[in-house]
Amino acid sequence: MDQILSVSFLVGLITATLRVATPLVYAAVGEVFTERSGILNLGIEGTMFLGAFVGFTMAYQADQAGMPAYLWIGLLSAVLAGIGMGLLMGFFTVRLGVNQHVSGLGITLLCTGLSLFGFRLVFGERAVLPSIDPFPQLTPFGGIPVLGDIFNQYLLTYIAFLVLVPLSWWLLFRSSFGLNIRAVGENPEAVDAAGLNVFRIRYLVLALGGGLMATGGAFLSLAQLGAFTPGIIAGRGWVCIALVIFARWQPVRAALGALLFGGVFALQLRLQTMGFKLPFELFLALPYLVTIAALALSSRHISYPGAYLKPYRRE
Amino acid sequence: MRLQIERLPAPLWLRTMIPIASVLVTFLLTSGFVIAAGANPLQAAYYFLLDPLSNPVRLIEVLVKATPLLMTGAAVAFAFAGGYWNIGVEGQLYMGATAATAIGLQMDGVPAWIALPLIVIGGFLAGMGWAVLPAFMKVRLKIDEVVTTLLLNYVAIFFVSALLNGPWRNPISQWPQSPEIAASAIFPRLIPRSRLHMGFILAIVIIIALWFVLNRTAFGLKMRAVGLNMEAARFSGIRVDRTVMIVALISGGIGGLAGASEVAGIHFHLIDAISPGYGYTGIIIATLGALNAIGVAAAALFIGLVDTGSQTVSRALGVPAYLGDVLQATLLLVTLAMLLLQGYRISIRRRSGAPQE
Repeated sequence: MDQILSVSFLVGLITATLRVATPLVYAAVGEVFTERSGILNLGIEGTMFLGAFVGFTMAYQADQAGMPAYLWIGLLSAVLAGIGMGLLMGFFTVRLGVNQHVSGLGITLLCTGLSLFGFRLVFGERAVLPSIDPFPQLTPFGGIPVLGDIFNQYLLTYIAFLVLVPLSWWLLFRSSFGLNIRAVGENPEAVDAAGLNVFRIRYLVLALGGGLMATGGAFLSLAQLGAFTPGIIAGRGWVCIALVIFARWQPVRAALGALLFGGVFALQLRLQTMGFKLPFELFLALPYLVTIAALALSSRHISYPGAYLKPYRRE
Repeated sequence: MRLQIERLPAPLWLRTMIPIASVLVTFLLTSGFVIAAGANPLQAAYYFLLDPLSNPVRLIEVLVKATPLLMTGAAVAFAFAGGYWNIGVEGQLYMGATAATAIGLQMDGVPAWIALPLIVIGGFLAGMGWAVLPAFMKVRLKIDEVVTTLLLNYVAIFFVSALLNGPWRNPISQWPQSPEIAASAIFPRLIPRSRLHMGFILAIVIIIALWFVLNRTAFGLKMRAVGLNMEAARFSGIRVDRTVMIVALISGGIGGLAGASEVAGIHFHLIDAISPGYGYTGIIIATLGALNAIGVAAAALFIGLVDTGSQTVSRALGVPAYLGDVLQATLLLVTLAMLLLQGYRISIRRRSGAPQE
């Protein structure tokens, strides 16, 4: 018990919490954008997976070719793949206006299949998992003992919390583009009547969202692990779907939700390695249960975007 | 002459052509991946579609693979037809499998004629139980069931893995799996020395029941009205909440049955990989089958065929078996787009009367 109350334990926990929350912040903010425009993108789980796969594979190849910026090449490729999947989602839900649930799940299944197929094709069946040297951690306060460790994080973690979250808030609630996004999500007819292109706005938002989701996935393969495994995403995309509702479609709250999840996850991992006999699956199931409970308790106050799940047709 | 497109239901011949055209488009789209893997797409198509049918052993394997898919496909189609977006069949399957294991472990010395019905009913009720919460939240609190059913899938999977790493851990095995269920609780084989089991009969019964309920009962009419337009159905005096609740629970029950059937028919113990995503494949099947019983049966058999074929393609041509997953997902998306054609009638009109100008 003394171990748990020590400062170093707490510092370790906070450090790990920020790291675990990072991919969720990217993907959840991406999903906030798409849902704000009226599109539930259930392709999130697969897009993260594809981001992890494309990011790793391209980085690996670039590294083999001796390129020094191989990690950035990987990240950029992942973002492009994510944008591609966002646009594909747009083709189905914006252009064709077919069912969003089924389209999204179809995209998740496609991304999962493609990634596993591609990984086997590129790397074959190996006894040893291929790996790369991942992104290094920044150590801005390396000189400060113990407490300085909290700031030993990846650049992508810094960007997530210090750039992405404030910028998304500003974009969504203070810029005219954000106003358009929210208007498209609430009342596409009015946006159309005002002379704006509903289809183009939704396509743009889906591309943006897809890029962010893929970045979240790529963080895991390029920074945290330096490898790609079939279990790399393991439902994190669905956690994000939960976080977005939990956060009532607000980027800052989504980041807080991600930290909450990260904290619980990091805690169970720590207790487990310290030899506590816990049904750790219970902890893993906790974010899902908490979200369902939150949904049930706040159902009267949750206001979904007005055009949520509704395709827009110009007729 | 000019081409005219009207918003009218497409003629029957076109509607039956849609799945066939979808399959063709899918094979064209995915042939690039086969070529990338250094194989001939036509040869791959042969191994996918014809080779499994070429000998009786593999043909039976197709039916074995199709057994859970017929059930999850029916579960999803039933829910979707009633306007309830049950994405939770995967979790309902896991709970059905858990109940079947719990019952099967207690059946030592109990005759099969008691054990088998208990397994079937237990699996159904467990799946149904897992569907209660999201259905209740949908009906009472107006909470989108897609998210709740989806999230509960993971809760169910974690629950099973907690059981397998804890109280049900089989000490003899190095993998997390439960002890084996009693012999009397194992589904009888339909063909000796094959894996085809009683679950296949159950699946066929479910498909027939699905057809009957949807097409021949007042409830089927009501639930389809709810599925088409909930507000209009409510306005016409249908008790929408009750209908949605019943649809959700029965769909969950069928999902649970799929899990029970996999435990009692194939594995004989519970493992955490009891389903490689049958619940989600059910969504593919329901969509391919256009939410009707005959369509679902055909689609489930087809996916069973592709599943079996992907193993053969992998062995014979060295193409990763994951190609099967790519193929299924592509087929879902292509079908989704092609189904739009269902609502249109394309005709060629000769211009009659005086020539223009």
